[in-house]
Amino acid sequence: MAREGADPVEGGARRPLGRNFFLGAVLVALLLAGVVSFYASSSPDGLERVAEDTGLIEAADDHALAESPLADYGVAGVEDERLSVGLSGLVGVGITLGVGMLVFGLVRRRGTAPEPEPDERR
Amino acid sequence: MHAPDGFIVGPIALAAGAVAVGGVAVAVPRARRQLDERAAPMAGLVAAFVFAAQMLNFPVAGGTSGHLLGGALAAILVGPYAGLLAVAIVLLVQALVFADGGLTALGVNVTTMALVTVVVAYPLFRLLVRTLPVSRASVTAAAFVSALVSVPASALAFVLLFAVGGAVDIPLGTFTAAMGGVHVLIGIGEGLITAAAVAAVVAVRPDLVYGARGLDLRAAAPLRGGEAAGAA
Repeated sequence: MAREGADPVEGGARRPLGRNFFLGAVLVALLLAGVVSFYASSSPDGLERVAEDTGLIEAADDHALAESPLADYGVAGVEDERLSVGLSGLVGVGITLGVGMLVFGLVRRRGTAPEPEPDERR
Repeated sequence: MHAPDGFIVGPIALAAGAVAVGGVAVAVPRARRQLDERAAPMAGLVAAFVFAAQMLNFPVAGGTSGHLLGGALAAILVGPYAGLLAVAIVLLVQALVFADGGLTALGVNVTTMALVTVVVAYPLFRLLVRTLPVSRASVTAAAFVSALVSVPASALAFVLLFAVGGAVDIPLGTFTAAMGGVHVLIGIGEGLITAAAVAAVVAVRPDLVYGARGLDLRAAAPLRGGEAAGAA
């Protein structure tokens, strides 16, 4: 592909992810899960709606962990709905980020630079 | 689209689990080759963002909602293999911590929402990006289309599992039409969110968009050149 030039966007040197980008992205995720989530639609989602309309919903079993403290994106014992869903969202982002960093930290190769994509070879 | 336990009968849910495990097993060594000291935290960020975005159900027609699946977004940002793992991590956390998506249905959910979305969206995204003129607008458009298509594809994968192992006898035509129709609408939302998120990353750090590697988006967007230079 001629127009897929060998010169990557930043001119060859790979910039690190950067603290600002990392913290900015985490902040966006925390805002979405912690604040915006309260305003999310509570209507059934596509599969749930189709299941209700067709009777499939009758086959659904209760979740084995339905009594867990964060079940259904709420914090058990927190009455205020806004606080409950917001807190569960913050915890969820934290857990997902933590598990993600752990898993991808274990998966990633160490030491050497990554293999260039075919498109990037000079 | 998180299936609870019981929608798909045990043996087929188990088979879907085998497919999901197979997908993850294929993805891990390939993700290893793509992840470096920079891409690994990016993949973690993507997982956290997809978790957050999945909480944001948006209304579609007729008292129904949808939310981002995220397979297209994750694949575009961190590559198909790490992207598959990122969405699988989200689904695992949701099932284990938030009781969202059945434990025995985890294989079904990973297969439909992580595996199928990535397998459909990423090749389509690359095809579009290679076909369209090199520009930021093309990357955004390709993200929109590939994400949109990934949602009905995911729904049809569920229909396929349902056809083989659905727990209730429902005419397949009725079920397929209902699932396909509503998930095209949800796909539009998926496309808009994915396009917005990809465009945002392209605006500040185009070098971090895995699916746009090799595209010189700086030179290709002369009208926005100042923005690219100023983003550093």
